[in-house]
Amino acid sequence: MGLTGIQIFKMLPKTNCKECGQPTCLAFAMALAAGKAELAKCPYVSDEAKAVLAEASAPPIRPVQIGNEERGFKIGGETCMFRHEKTFVNKPGFAIYVSDAMADEEIDKKIENFMKYRYERVGVLLKADMFAVKCESGDAGKFKALVSKINEKTDATFTLMSDSKDVLAAGAEVLGDNKPLLYAANKDNWSDMAELAKSAGCPLAVKAETLDELAELTQEIQKAGVKDMVLDTSSRTLRRAFEDQIYIRRLALQKKFRPLGFSTIAFPNEMTDDPFKEAVIASMFVAKYAGIIVLSEAEAHNLFPLTVARLNIYTDPQRPMMMEEGIYEINDPDENSPVLITTNFSLTYFVAGGEIEASKVPSWLLIMDTEGLSVLTAWAAGKFVGDAMGIFIKKSGIADKIKHRKIIIPGYVAVVSGDLEEELGPEWEVMIGPREAAHLPAYLKLWKAD
Amino acid sequence: MTIEIPKRTYKGAIRTITLGAGDKAVTVGGETSLPFYLFEGERPNPPRIAMEIWDMEPEDWPEHALEPFKDVVHDPALWAKKCVEDYGAEMICIQMISTDPNDKDVPADQAADTVLKVLDAINGVPLIVWGTASHEKDTEVLKLICEKTHGKNLAIGPVEEGDHKAIGGSIIAYQHTCISSSPIDINLAKQMNILLGNLGVSDEKILIDPTTGGLGYGIEYSYSVMERLMLAALTQEDERLQFPMINNMAKEVWKSKEAKLTPEEDPLMGDPKRRAITIECVTAMLLLLAGSDLLIMRHPESIKIVKDIINDFMAAN
Ligand code: SF4
Repeated sequence: MGLTGIQIFKMLPKTNCKECGQPTCLAFAMALAAGKAELAKCPYVSDEAKAVLAEASAPPIRPVQIGNEERGFKIGGETCMFRHEKTFVNKPGFAIYVSDAMADEEIDKKIENFMKYRYERVGVLLKADMFAVKCESGDAGKFKALVSKINEKTDATFTLMSDSKDVLAAGAEVLGDNKPLLYAANKDNWSDMAELAKSAGCPLAVKAETLDELAELTQEIQKAGVKDMVLDTSSRTLRRAFEDQIYIRRLALQKKFRPLGFSTIAFPNEMTDDPFKEAVIASMFVAKYAGIIVLSEAEAHNLFPLTVARLNIYTDPQRPMMMEEGIYEINDPDENSPVLITTNFSLTYFVAGGEIEASKVPSWLLIMDTEGLSVLTAWAAGKFVGDAMGIFIKKSGIADKIKHRKIIIPGYVAVVSGDLEEELGPEWEVMIGPREAAHLPAYLKLWKAD
Repeated sequence: MTIEIPKRTYKGAIRTITLGAGDKAVTVGGETSLPFYLFEGERPNPPRIAMEIWDMEPEDWPEHALEPFKDVVHDPALWAKKCVEDYGAEMICIQMISTDPNDKDVPADQAADTVLKVLDAINGVPLIVWGTASHEKDTEVLKLICEKTHGKNLAIGPVEEGDHKAIGGSIIAYQHTCISSSPIDINLAKQMNILLGNLGVSDEKILIDPTTGGLGYGIEYSYSVMERLMLAALTQEDERLQFPMINNMAKEVWKSKEAKLTPEEDPLMGDPKRRAITIECVTAMLLLLAGSDLLIMRHPESIKIVKDIINDFMAAN
């Protein structure tokens, strides 16, 4: 909460009635300021005080939903400068840029690619999220037709780009409850744009040349009744755009500066003509705080690296990514292929699985649920030990898929082999694999079923 | 309205470390704020890129990685020379892959010969020598290399807790720089630097290798450990962490299956060369943002793009 205990105390009844469970109003105020009590516990606060306190306790960066629950995503709501302090929460959306002045083939290609280049990793779907559609033709009808076409052919949500309120209104209308981001209100058109955002119920992007101007604009627009905003500082050089992102987040989090307490939209597509450089700039915005990142290309070579970067940076550092327990088939294994077992820490899986795949040796990889712990940590925690592994191997059903009875365990847990053999019974042979995943290919190439 | 931007003051700074000797020596480090936070600190030396070569002909590189070096991969000295002369490398990193005891197990004297030939070919450009992280073998190989290249101020690594005494001793004796390596953990990084200090490695001769995870393969762990390391060095004045960071990233990037997949293997992954270069560049970007001072990279096109990005960061506003 942005207020101090004393500031809150001034708004309380000061009767010390103790109904809140605290000995005095002051103690309650201190507890509120520390986030250890809820305002609702005091039955006597005035509505006015409630409103002030609610405003002060609102998240410092406003969470904004773009689109709707089905197609769309949420941005903002971040609470830290560095992911290790807590975690980054709402992944930025990748928007693919199209204009109504582009040739049909180019647009169709982007639509096709948008739906095609999707990847799955640790149960997460990696994909672009949005189209940023610009009206360059000046023709509201043409713009509307394009928006409508993309809306029908994809599951995207939208940023609609024009300086004209009427053009944006036409686009927003065809999207219905797939609420687009309207781009953008500026110092000349903001009052019209605010009106449209309000009547259409859409979030509004606000663009200005300086942070000062931007903050003035968002305050005016807020007074006009629009709450959901997204910021564009107009910086299109790497250094300035990077610095703006840091300034905005610091002002919002450290100074609780409400006029800039919003997420941002970034335009790598306007910052360079070199597609490689564009992707690299986009990855900078993934790490440094953008909410929407606009790309000129929808190709595998930019979408795959960028969506993986986003997944990595937005992974909760407190909670490791986990794989689902089960049998993983690598390189099309058969009844004579080796069987390996490891833990369900996603990194363990990627590294070991990657090496097995690179070896080209068909193999079965058993992934055991160790609550996302790596091999050594899981062993130390008693989760990746002989008897537990034995029970898992038996119930996994791997025995029905192979003729031999050999199981390869990671070299680091060689000590569990005795217990594991005991649990599995005499027909099984426990083999000690290499300690490092990098040595798996050499090991597997020499492995024999008999 | 005039908004006052909250600025941070840093009490600590990263040390400057010079690699190589003579007029082509390269200095890294010296930053007094978080990476590229030039609005509240200095960065006298922009991050640098060392071009990676191997001490043997690579067997598992995809075609698009091999292509720029096709004519030279059979000879590390020619390879290094091409990096310097054709691609303008400011620094070379030779990976001593052939010495891996689990693979070719090339003996130390042969490995040292290769390094000498490379040094000869690059005419004063600073050299990084990277072993295989096998303690016994690295001790043999890296010690001998230190001895044979006395005074050239090579960066030698990885020096880990298990082999720091032997390798560190030679680094001191023959005047090289030590790559202090620890497994993605800020406390272990600090511990390694304390050990090296106790051994007598000068504070002017240490680079931190925080251990590098590739994109999709644990880069988030490296990213956060590096950020924490920078913050500890700059804001908590943790002296044993105030060294520039080096990231041996090329190996991590290029061994992933996503850097290699052909369209025949996976049509949904697009053009392999463009994809791999983008992966290498994005990996570099994240490591730079986290605090890297020295990146080891492979593809000439990736290096060109990342250099350009570094220039954009360092450009006057
Ligand atoms: S319930 Fe309200 S009025 Fe009563 S002591 Fe607590 S804060 Fe004061």
